[in-house]
Amino acid sequence: MKKEIPLLIAFLLGTWMILENFLTGIPWVGPMKEVITNGGIVIMAFTYVLGIYSIVSVNVARIRRGQDVVPKVALLAALALMVALGFWRGHEEGTPFNWLYLNLYVPLQATMFSLLAFYIASAAFRAFRARSLEATLLLVCAILVMVGRIPVGEKIWASFPQVSDWIMNIPNLAGKRAIMIGAALGAISTGLRVILGLERSYLGGE
Amino acid sequence: MKALLLRALSRFLALDRRWIFLLMALCIVTPLILPIGLPFTPDPAVRNLHRAIEDLPEGSVVLVSCDYDPGSKPELQPFTEALFRHLFRRKLKVVVSCLWAGAPPLVNQAIAQALEAEEVKVLGLKDKVDYVNLGYKDGRQLVMLGMGENIHSTFPKSNDGTPVSQIPLMQRMRKLGDSQLFVNVSGGSPGTKEWVETAQGRFGLRMVAACTAVMAPDNIPYYEAGQLLGLAGGMKGSADYEQLVGLPGSATRGMAAQSFGHLLIIAFIALGNVAFFMTRGRKR
Repeated sequence: MKKEIPLLIAFLLGTWMILENFLTGIPWVGPMKEVITNGGIVIMAFTYVLGIYSIVSVNVARIRRGQDVVPKVALLAALALMVALGFWRGHEEGTPFNWLYLNLYVPLQATMFSLLAFYIASAAFRAFRARSLEATLLLVCAILVMVGRIPVGEKIWASFPQVSDWIMNIPNLAGKRAIMIGAALGAISTGLRVILGLERSYLGGE
Repeated sequence: MKALLLRALSRFLALDRRWIFLLMALCIVTPLILPIGLPFTPDPAVRNLHRAIEDLPEGSVVLVSCDYDPGSKPELQPFTEALFRHLFRRKLKVVVSCLWAGAPPLVNQAIAQALEAEEVKVLGLKDKVDYVNLGYKDGRQLVMLGMGENIHSTFPKSNDGTPVSQIPLMQRMRKLGDSQLFVNVSGGSPGTKEWVETAQGRFGLRMVAACTAVMAPDNIPYYEAGQLLGLAGGMKGSADYEQLVGLPGSATRGMAAQSFGHLLIIAFIALGNVAFFMTRGRKR
């Protein structure tokens, strides 16, 4: 029954999510949709509990083994502090939670992402080589798009933005659409396999 | 002479990356400290986004879903700030929601900033009557589906805990389709892609979006197909929008930094290739 019940739930809910699109004008379908959607939202909220359990157990195990003790302790302390502050005074403007969010979390995350500019410059210098026709095309397109997206590019040649737009809207669009159609077909296929119980990896162990 | 040049190029190829970091830092920080006004022409996709808002009759309801966090702040916060000022001064009714846990404080800041602007202050806008912030809800696409059926059920309370049934503005807004325009500010997933796939066609939304630069190529197919009426990509998109609404802000200031950053990357790519091909035979 450990497998049969989850498979049955997946089959019933999966089938319902498809059928509800076609069931129009039936009075009980609307409320039923709401119940199932809100139930899903509640279940997803519980994943936070699982996430906290996972982060605590993984990091406590590392601390016990003596691996990266200081950052792991800092992580767990920050987690506990933010949860405690959130429960204590809420998260509205003027609360300690909000102050820490704006003055610690925002600059830290912005710093993490801003590092990308430096690593992209370094990686492009070392790895972006015109070794083949495909690599050369990629390189030329990348440079044209980069120049076309900045005001200086427009100053150098007024048509750079149009060239950049053409690359984005014609060859890029064609490639993207092909990928999207392929991914959609793959998603439909995987979805059907899950609904029919052929794909069971989400149950674990297989 | 040639040997000397080849040796110099070889040394250049082995350049310590800290020099690259230093040059990049100078290219970004200098224009931010010493602003250089660089004129630019707004992108047609951003013009269409602006037009979609301008064409709305006064009093129309606009739903804004802010789905980003501080990682995307430099690119998207300028757009959000300009957007709220634009919507408020156009006397449009604004309903705000978030699907990202990190978004609400940034959204609160943007709304507060817009309300403090002189041209908005004189309008005397009232919370819950002219605008409402529903806050954050977890659940990704399920929230989108729920909002499409019944927002009151998906967001029973607003950000400050007021029951939605007691909010005057929400009496006009019972489901996604009740909004005259839907604006998505997206920093990743769930974001524009998910909104288009899950809600735009299904609930017949008139939709525009602002997204990060890396997401823009993914969203162009939706814009070209007409599923998005307008699209602002990255800091350039935000700067274009700031220019169109006449509110030059941090994105416009950032354009010079972005310009020099891009030029430096291009210079390094070009020089790296020249040095690589000139020294290739030597290595063999």
